[in-house]
Amino acid sequence: MIVAEAKPIEEVLEMIDRYDKIILAGCKACVAVCAAGGEKEVQLLASALRTARKTAGRELEIREVTLERQCDPEYVEQIRGFAGDYQAILSIACGVGVQYMAEHYQAIPALPGLNTSFMGGSLEQGVWSERCQGCGACVLHLTGGICPVTRCSKSLFNGPCGGSAHGKCEVNPEMECGWQLIIDRLKALGEFEARFVELFPVRDWSTSRDGGQRKIVREDLKQ
Amino acid sequence: MHLLKAFEEGMDGVFVAGCLEGECHFLRGNLRAKKRVGHVKGILTALGINPERLQMYNLSAAMGGRFVEIAQEMTDKIKTLGPSPVNTGQGREPVEAQEGEEKEQ
Repeated sequence: MIVAEAKPIEEVLEMIDRYDKIILAGCKACVAVCAAGGEKEVQLLASALRTARKTAGRELEIREVTLERQCDPEYVEQIRGFAGDYQAILSIACGVGVQYMAEHYQAIPALPGLNTSFMGGSLEQGVWSERCQGCGACVLHLTGGICPVTRCSKSLFNGPCGGSAHGKCEVNPEMECGWQLIIDRLKALGEFEARFVELFPVRDWSTSRDGGQRKIVREDLKQ
Repeated sequence: MHLLKAFEEGMDGVFVAGCLEGECHFLRGNLRAKKRVGHVKGILTALGINPERLQMYNLSAAMGGRFVEIAQEMTDKIKTLGPSPVNTGQGREPVEAQEGEEKEQ
């Protein structure tokens, strides 16, 4: 899932300071699962923002909505009927959702209520960890199911580097060395000799962020 | 949510009465509640409301006397703090050192 966390309330309050009527839009997809932007978080943030405004002796009207997803036009369009009655849309979806709101409602500012952090999973309740950087050329079949782009702080393809010590990364002594994990896993699978002796060729990063904004077109699905 | 809503509606103070630690009918329910209360205290601080207005106490259903003591203690505390800034509308409340604020764990 895409993992995000709430911006500090002070930052959100500053962002909406010049508005008196806003839409607060949550999303029932990834950000609901990571407890940052679902229906419950919409209620909490709306209550907090209204309370802050009352302390300042000002009113704030908030229309609370939580869309099925904010990354699909058909759902984003569901607020079309009343969006024009409001001065801004505060979205607590991921960055995709905020941008979709901005694209669909050009006359109204779209504001981000979250900081979108990474693609990852939950380790336990309330703890999430990054697993994928969407590099566009997956090599997990060669690295024991452990991503060198994400788990190695330098995204090395021929690790470990000299900063690996006792299985930890020099960037943070609490952080595991991704390449140590990969080597241990390949050994456990009995694939170390077959996989690790060969160097990875120079990486073509054009499928990643280096190639600019990415797009996928599926002609078999496209209308 | 209910805690925040109470402050939004203008309550000057709220206390949460949980069961004794280690004796919760819902096992860890009171410990979870303690964390939630700590989280809401952080939100109140960010909103300019003294987090002392929200307190959590632990007592059993058989401790009626203690309940009265706590209610009195809380009432006295809120009287000292005065009305919530939500009711006065005069801006953020001066917040002293955050003594007793529950840290999120």
